[in-house]
Amino acid sequence: MDFVQNFPFFSIVVSLFSGAVCSVLNGKAARAINRVVLSAVMVLSAATLVFTLQTGESYTYKMGHFPAPFGNEIRAGVLESALALFFCFIMLFSLWGGRKHIEEEVEADKLNYYYILTNMMLCSLLAIIYTNDLFTAYVFVEINTISACGLIMIRQTGRTIEAAVRYMIMSLLGSGLLLMGLCMLYDLTGHLLMENIREAVVLLHASGRYQVPLTITIGLMTVGLAIKSALFPFHTWVPDAYGYSTASSAAILSSLVSKGYIFLLIKIIYRVIGFEVFGDSKINNILFVFGLAGMIFGSLSAIKEDDIRRMVAFSSVAQIGYIYMGIGMGTQAGMAAAVFHIFSHAATKALLFIAGVGLTDVSGQSKRFADLKGSAYRNKIAGAAFGAGALSMVGVPLFSGFISKLLFSQAAVLNHGKMLPALIALAVSTVLNAIYFMKTVIRIYRPMETDYEVRTFGRQKLFAVSCICLVALNVLLGTMSQFLVDLIGKGLEMFA
Amino acid sequence: MGPNLFSNFGEAVAMILFGIGFCNLLLQKNLIKKIIGLNIMDSAIYLFLAEKGYITGRAAPIVTDGIQSVEAYINPVPSGLVLTGIVVSVSVTALMLSLTIRLYRRYHTLDLDEISALLKKEGR
Repeated sequence: MDFVQNFPFFSIVVSLFSGAVCSVLNGKAARAINRVVLSAVMVLSAATLVFTLQTGESYTYKMGHFPAPFGNEIRAGVLESALALFFCFIMLFSLWGGRKHIEEEVEADKLNYYYILTNMMLCSLLAIIYTNDLFTAYVFVEINTISACGLIMIRQTGRTIEAAVRYMIMSLLGSGLLLMGLCMLYDLTGHLLMENIREAVVLLHASGRYQVPLTITIGLMTVGLAIKSALFPFHTWVPDAYGYSTASSAAILSSLVSKGYIFLLIKIIYRVIGFEVFGDSKINNILFVFGLAGMIFGSLSAIKEDDIRRMVAFSSVAQIGYIYMGIGMGTQAGMAAAVFHIFSHAATKALLFIAGVGLTDVSGQSKRFADLKGSAYRNKIAGAAFGAGALSMVGVPLFSGFISKLLFSQAAVLNHGKMLPALIALAVSTVLNAIYFMKTVIRIYRPMETDYEVRTFGRQKLFAVSCICLVALNVLLGTMSQFLVDLIGKGLEMFA
Repeated sequence: MGPNLFSNFGEAVAMILFGIGFCNLLLQKNLIKKIIGLNIMDSAIYLFLAEKGYITGRAAPIVTDGIQSVEAYINPVPSGLVLTGIVVSVSVTALMLSLTIRLYRRYHTLDLDEISALLKKEGR
């Protein structure tokens, strides 16, 4: 066994232990440890990615000394390590971009708590990405929920506590359903490791026995994860949770947490239930319908908002709808488009939240559009970054959003039954996206008549660097997408 | 369906309890009642697992009197899952209760809708 193969395990353990270590440190030391861990995990994931690309196949890593049906396992392939690398990158720049706000909005003696929570969040995300065991996945889903709740309520206002309660309630409903589903699946198959379950499920499906329990099980797990990742109509907690928490939390929550759950769902579809069995259960049609509804209604709610953060939050609901539409198409092309959109939306939404906070900073902390007029002149970097993010969300070429829309429409054209509704919803949703994002961009670029103070690069170096890096990532995804598309194709093949 | 339901009544009860807990967590307005619903829902899952994991006539999987035959013991994994699940549900319950206390101290009510209305009035 190569030494590189230990790296996924190392990255999970390093982030877990650094969380524990942060609890006895002061805020600054905790922050330094958090940065070191994020960079280290990035390097480790990159090494794993290179290794899996070279060998061209995934590998399973035995945890402890018990062989397959008894022990616990980690599994790393191209897609897993690429996603881990990407998540670390986004998390690092979200934390950098919103650093000033974290330090203002979190009480000084509780600053290290913030970094405990982010380290636990990183650990649970990595574990959800890499694990090969369903029950381990459930446990880390719960850890993820708890740390996300902490990230929302670390800024102590009435709004955030209420948002955290609402988030917890929806999340617990989802994890209850997920747990029930996987207990029933364990009951049906007698296994908890993903490969063993799939072998048993394929036999069960072929034999034609227990079809109803199998369908119910798949339904429970799918709905559970859909609730947790804020698929319409379970999105009621989204605007409050993303709108009032501190900017870095909102960026991490919308670009990483919900994506982690969706990735777990994709893993379950491929590696636990099997793509064909999932298709035969017809549950993807339900996801497809709710995805389409989310695309339209999320955008309609965003148009009505008068608060920039809440508007971006509602746009997340619409984008989650896109991803579920891709999963719901029930074809490989649709799934690949959905995975690409996970990457693209994560890059764009983090950018929008971070740039948005730069705009509100120069408008007296007001999030109302009336006060944001001309703010792009007062903070040129934030304005340009928000503009780039908005263009990407609308789907303008050169940006990553264009590629995901292209992939979605290609997948839709290849799918005869669902072509028309998918294309119509894509078109309508794009127009709606354009309405509210362009409206915002026009407002922030309205010329100022009175004199104003300009916030220069020197006064916000970290913020500016993170904005530039996130824009660069967006453009990179938009211009050199073929590499990522090939990588996703390879990764999905490794899943099967 | 009929005879199966009777021989598996434990699982049926677990499912009914799960439904009760789920509806309470989703529909109750009072936060404490929501948390009680959460606990009913989780306990129902543990009841389901315990019911599935037990085989009549077999002992708990601890080797006593030198009997090592697999036939003598039940599968330990479901019990392990129940224990792990209990740990998770205790911690989320504690978190929910602490959030409830914070909200109650601020707004002197446990009704989530009322709290939302108060927040809207505050206008922040």
